[in-house]
Amino acid sequence: MPKDSGIGASIKRREDVRFLTGAGNYTDDINVAGQTYAYFLRSTVAHGKIVSVDTAAASKMPGVLRIFTGADFEAVGGLPCGWQITSRNGEVMKEPRHPILASGKVRHVGDPIAAVVAKSLAEARDAAEAIGVEIEELPAVVDMRAAISGAAPAVHDEAPDNLCYDWGFVEENREAVDAAIKSAHHVTTLELTNNRLVANPMEPRVAIGDFNRASGDSTLYTTSQNPHVIRLLMGAFVLGIPEHKLRVIAPDVGGGFGTKIFHYAEEAFCTFAAKALNKPVKWTADRSEAFITDAHGRDHVTKIELALDKDGKFLAIRTATLANMGAYLSTFAPSVPTWLHGTLMAGTYTTPLIYCNVKAVFTNTVPVDAYRGAGRPEATFQLERVIDKAAREMGIDPVEIRRRNFIPADAFPYQTPVAVAYDTGDYHATMDKLVEIADFAGFEARRAESAKRGKLRGLGLSSYIEACGIAPSNLVGQLGARAGLYESATVRVNAAGGIVVMTGSHSHGQGHETTFPQVIAEMFGCPEANVEIVHGDTGRGPMGMGTYGSRSIAVGGAAMVRAAEKIIAKAKRIASHLMEAAVEDVEFANGVFSVAGTDKKVDFGSVALAAYVPHNYPLESIEPGLEETAFYDPSNFTYPAGAYAAEVEVDPETGAVTLLAFSAADDFGNVINPMIVTGQVHGGIAQGIGQALLESAVYDANGQLLTGSYMDYAMPRADDLPMYAVDHSCQTPCTHNPLGVKGCGEAGAIGSPPALVNAVLDALNAGGIGVEHIDMPLSPSRVWAAIQSAK
Amino acid sequence: MQLTGTRLISADRGTVWSALNDPDVLKACIPGCESLEKTSETSFEAVVKQKVGPVSATFRGAVELSDIDAPSSYRISGEGKGGAAGFAKGGANVRLAEVEGGTELSYDVDAKVGGKIAQLGARLIDGFAKKLADEFFATFQKVVEGGGTVESAGGPGASGDDAGAGTGDKPAKKGWLKRLTG
Repeated sequence: MPKDSGIGASIKRREDVRFLTGAGNYTDDINVAGQTYAYFLRSTVAHGKIVSVDTAAASKMPGVLRIFTGADFEAVGGLPCGWQITSRNGEVMKEPRHPILASGKVRHVGDPIAAVVAKSLAEARDAAEAIGVEIEELPAVVDMRAAISGAAPAVHDEAPDNLCYDWGFVEENREAVDAAIKSAHHVTTLELTNNRLVANPMEPRVAIGDFNRASGDSTLYTTSQNPHVIRLLMGAFVLGIPEHKLRVIAPDVGGGFGTKIFHYAEEAFCTFAAKALNKPVKWTADRSEAFITDAHGRDHVTKIELALDKDGKFLAIRTATLANMGAYLSTFAPSVPTWLHGTLMAGTYTTPLIYCNVKAVFTNTVPVDAYRGAGRPEATFQLERVIDKAAREMGIDPVEIRRRNFIPADAFPYQTPVAVAYDTGDYHATMDKLVEIADFAGFEARRAESAKRGKLRGLGLSSYIEACGIAPSNLVGQLGARAGLYESATVRVNAAGGIVVMTGSHSHGQGHETTFPQVIAEMFGCPEANVEIVHGDTGRGPMGMGTYGSRSIAVGGAAMVRAAEKIIAKAKRIASHLMEAAVEDVEFANGVFSVAGTDKKVDFGSVALAAYVPHNYPLESIEPGLEETAFYDPSNFTYPAGAYAAEVEVDPETGAVTLLAFSAADDFGNVINPMIVTGQVHGGIAQGIGQALLESAVYDANGQLLTGSYMDYAMPRADDLPMYAVDHSCQTPCTHNPLGVKGCGEAGAIGSPPALVNAVLDALNAGGIGVEHIDMPLSPSRVWAAIQSAK
Repeated sequence: MQLTGTRLISADRGTVWSALNDPDVLKACIPGCESLEKTSETSFEAVVKQKVGPVSATFRGAVELSDIDAPSSYRISGEGKGGAAGFAKGGANVRLAEVEGGTELSYDVDAKVGGKIAQLGARLIDGFAKKLADEFFATFQKVVEGGGTVESAGGPGASGDDAGAGTGDKPAKKGWLKRLTG
């Protein structure tokens, strides 16, 4: 019988009551008394020299309090980058200044030139129209190959060749990989693009700066996945505000998908302007602004070579990737194509030799950074596409070629040739499950049925692995990270037994407010309703690192467990006093402390009350109160993995692809709330389908974003998606965190794009149309063109 | 984007050339032109109101005549700033050749937009620019062939007595211009 409480129970999300009834408290819902409004005047050209910015007339317009320009921010820091990559030649990456407001040059459409603060938004907009800006337009560079050709304009003077870094991994393997490829029985080569995406969370970004002149405290309300990180970056590196004078609050956040990890100029601007004007300053992005200011995702161009022996065993992989950084380095941009990408190139396979070269390129486009999966989808896409191609070339069944190369279940812990060591996994098990739930056995009959209707049916699969909960801090520090990657939690048991957990993990759709109490309920033997989760406010909890990389339950949940264990340990000592027993004889189960072999017992609530009303209490040896904090720094990543399948029908006349079925068999280790995990997978798959079939951010040669609205940027809609078959019954628990959990937030977006592309190519090739690759998104016109060129 | 086209105009080359240099003719022919003030022999200040897809804006900017090779070719180019709507800039290389039955006018147009117009209306731009060019040259042809510029506009370039070239009658021509400019 399914549990209705604690770990493993599919409890409905408590936060949905407010989200679904319009009672959420999003940043734009917050209005501070006396607030003013900021409006940013943004560059309409992709590259240009700022000749003059004339604010004289605009400053005199009604309601205008002040107009800020780049000159106002020369004394403060630029937006910092949180990860430094070292190139193959030992040089550190190029890290040009990223000013709050453009200074000297504009480098992408959307780069802020000036900001008006006025009493109303309309007045701010009107005044922005009246600012005289003279920009000498410079040639823009958009295409990455052109950018590094030596003949392109330089986005930054510091990087005349537009190269941010040239990274090799594993450099020591390079010659061995070259040799293995040279002498291999078969080499499959594929060139592909991982299309640029716009994250498009439902809620656009918002920032409100507030300054209290009496206390000297600054407060920033912002749409962030990690308010503590914003406080650290903005306080220490940009504005010079010590953390005790700066509070960052990220209340309900309507989706992040990575793009709300980063520290943005508007946050620093509103905080700065609020102090300068002694008035709260609010900025809310509109959707058009979001398209040209939110960090984009993906945008890699890769050549991958896979060497195989005559039996289809993988011998070596070599890749060369160009990764678009955009016009400036966003907060974690350099880490995405490197440590979050190269380390995953072993996938679920035993490939002994791997070498990746990644060149990061500046272009006159919006900065590119992490988007759901961040580096791992790019790795998975390359691998699973080239494996499919190799299988076709060598005449091996696509399931079989993967099985021949899977890391066997008895080989864990498994050290890959790309630095990481997988703790647990069973890839045959998830493949078995996939073959079952996607009904591979019945596929040929379904294909025949489609053929009768003139349609080409295809079945495609992928086997993915991801690395979640990036850690440990001392290792990532050596790799260039400029932050720690622990998480914190404070567990406070109140006198009457109510429990508050303050976590550094931020919930913006993941359901922490439901799942975290399930863990506490399991540990303390209390109802979930007794537990409240507090997050998203640096004023209410200890330093935390936030939510990204599917880390919340694996790292934040683990920190909470450690703090709860401290509570239990202290409560046992208090209980031993109350029961006049030795502490080592005290047992705790189902919310009751008891003494083994006796009928002595005391419940959790009584212990909590004793801790706060310490009349009968060993004050000489135990402090009053029942509140504990823990910081947890994982010893390794977690490695969720799984196998995905897409079943499609292609209309050979039009190139239209219909997605008929999608199946996902995941191994997330232990699962706290199966329903929420299923929901996370559903959302990830929807975004993966979006990338594979619909979404693409396209710039013209002048650096104008052509897909800058929902008219031209195709988001997946309900009728683009089939019902999914999702299974997470294959569970190999993580060995190094206390919950045995692995993380599930990004899996769907990682595993699905290659499965879909493989399915379309299977449909075409099985239908006698020899097409080896089509770049995403597989729009009807692209599929049709590929069909025509194959004829 | 780029586009090209040709038109046969039933007027002699001198007449067509004059009209191409006449601010009033240009004003009448530039779609959405609200004002066109001459600032030098070869430059004008223009205000043009246009709507591209969902974005409507008033563009202010300079129009320049360059590469002038009278009476056979010039380049007319302009850059308009539409405030929050972004910018539009471009030009047309216009060539005139004497042919049987009048003058052949051929043109290559290049245009570029930026900012919100590009962001929201990019996919409409090619069709939009073609429509604008068609409108411009169609109106131009009618104005020149109709010869209506003489009385209504009275620009120096339109003063040739052969401007009418025997097509249409005067009241009809006036009506034409009124509709265009009024």
